[in-house]
Amino acid sequence: MNIEIAGENSLIIYFADQTSAAVSARVQQTMHALETSLGSLLIDMVPSYASLLVIYDAFGTDQYHVQNCINQVLAQLQNAQPVAGSTIELPAYYSTESGPDLAQLASNANLTIDQVIAIHSEMEYRVYAIGFAPGFAYLGEVDPRIAAPRLSTPRLKVPRGAVAIADRQTAVYPAQSPGGWNLIGLCPTRMFNPQQQPSMPVQVGDSVKFMPIDRAEFLALGGEL
Amino acid sequence: MNAFKVIQAGLLTLIQDRGRYGQHRLGLTNGGPLDTSAFDWANRLCSNSINATALEVSIGGLILEAQCDTFIAVTGADMALKINNQAAAQWRTLKILAGDTISFGFATCGARAYLAVADGFQIAPSFTSTATVCREAIGGINGEKLKAADSLPCSLVLNRQMLSLPASEMPDYAQSVSLRVILGYQQQSFDSLQQRLFFSSDYQLSDKIDRMGFRLQGQVIRSSLEGILSEGICHGAIQIPADGQPIVLMNDRQTIGGYPKIGSVIALDTARLAQLMPGERINFEQISLEHAHNINHLAKVRQQSIALIEHR
Repeated sequence: MNIEIAGENSLIIYFADQTSAAVSARVQQTMHALETSLGSLLIDMVPSYASLLVIYDAFGTDQYHVQNCINQVLAQLQNAQPVAGSTIELPAYYSTESGPDLAQLASNANLTIDQVIAIHSEMEYRVYAIGFAPGFAYLGEVDPRIAAPRLSTPRLKVPRGAVAIADRQTAVYPAQSPGGWNLIGLCPTRMFNPQQQPSMPVQVGDSVKFMPIDRAEFLALGGEL
Repeated sequence: MNAFKVIQAGLLTLIQDRGRYGQHRLGLTNGGPLDTSAFDWANRLCSNSINATALEVSIGGLILEAQCDTFIAVTGADMALKINNQAAAQWRTLKILAGDTISFGFATCGARAYLAVADGFQIAPSFTSTATVCREAIGGINGEKLKAADSLPCSLVLNRQMLSLPASEMPDYAQSVSLRVILGYQQQSFDSLQQRLFFSSDYQLSDKIDRMGFRLQGQVIRSSLEGILSEGICHGAIQIPADGQPIVLMNDRQTIGGYPKIGSVIALDTARLAQLMPGERINFEQISLEHAHNINHLAKVRQQSIALIEHR
């Protein structure tokens, strides 16, 4: 655990070198506690895998005060109960039609397509970080049997809702964008909808489980092919 | 309707307020003006609130037609501003009548100009801000840059104080800047030789610049780390990717990223960086966090104490 300067109005707390469910839970707890202890001096925070970036109002306070608040929060955290995130089920239409990399990923892994689907959907994933694009949730960790490196040539267009794997991470693309992850299916749930409150179905610290659905169910849930 | 009509959008004209805060955990970036100082002057010259919505004009080419009487002020880069084809002054309040045409040429000194209108453009905020971030399709009008025929709603304003910035206070957009840097993040992964190279070398602004980041060219800098676990990126952070060429991360940066960072440029200086054109020169100067704190407080007091000149 250490605290480093990030910029003129920000400090970054490093909780560990590697992430884990326990580390991720501490990031969450610290974030919630700092919201209270810093109050209006807080401008923004960025929780990630094993770190928390804290951006403060440098005209209202200085790094010594913020560092003190962080130290106090971290000291009290030792005995705190972990905050339980929600578990969210996301429907996924896995197929070669909706997941252009599914067949290749299965053959590289010496598995059948059905086995890949079973392995991907039986795991409960943790939301470790949100970034890259609004609503892009990094989920981990994928079973090593179906982990797959990023494509050597990223696609210029990955469709909204694409369920994808990169190394031991998985995600649902919240909007059409370029991307180099392996596409294995489509999720009809909007991962980011600015017109809705809340705008995202998940937040950092939540758990996500994919529920396989067929083509008809996918279309009935508003999915587009 | 009380509005300005966009006749020609220019290269990149964006609706901006001071930016979007408190939304990073949804993955939303800040947006907001690249040169906050010039943006603030434009609003102050219109006697607006500090967060009033204005336009950021990059490089130039914008033409607007006023559809109501109001007042405007244009600050920032020199863009040969004209009203009804007559040269008009920047850095002062200008009276506008319905039917007037306001046109921008192309930047001759600096790169970004700001146009504020009395009481601000009336744009509905999304996620607490009107700042346009095209990559996220958020803010402004449908999350897009201005295009011809857009309508920019504003208020009918018949009276406003006529002000100008004293000539002695107008910024000089030099063709080279020294960026003040606070060491931080993975600074220890850059050994003392790499740090000396970084702070003693001249860099050039490359042509790979956008609102996410400004890529520089020059002395290669090496980190002992290849990559890091993705983490939050603050404004002004200096990322050093594998090719060793620094990237200064600006208002529309990704909220998290996995490249090593040597530290961060203070916002007063990213504002000056934003006024450079490709090929212009940059060097870095190391300062302490305490020094940055003093610089920022002094700059704020100084800016507030500048008396604007009143005209009749």
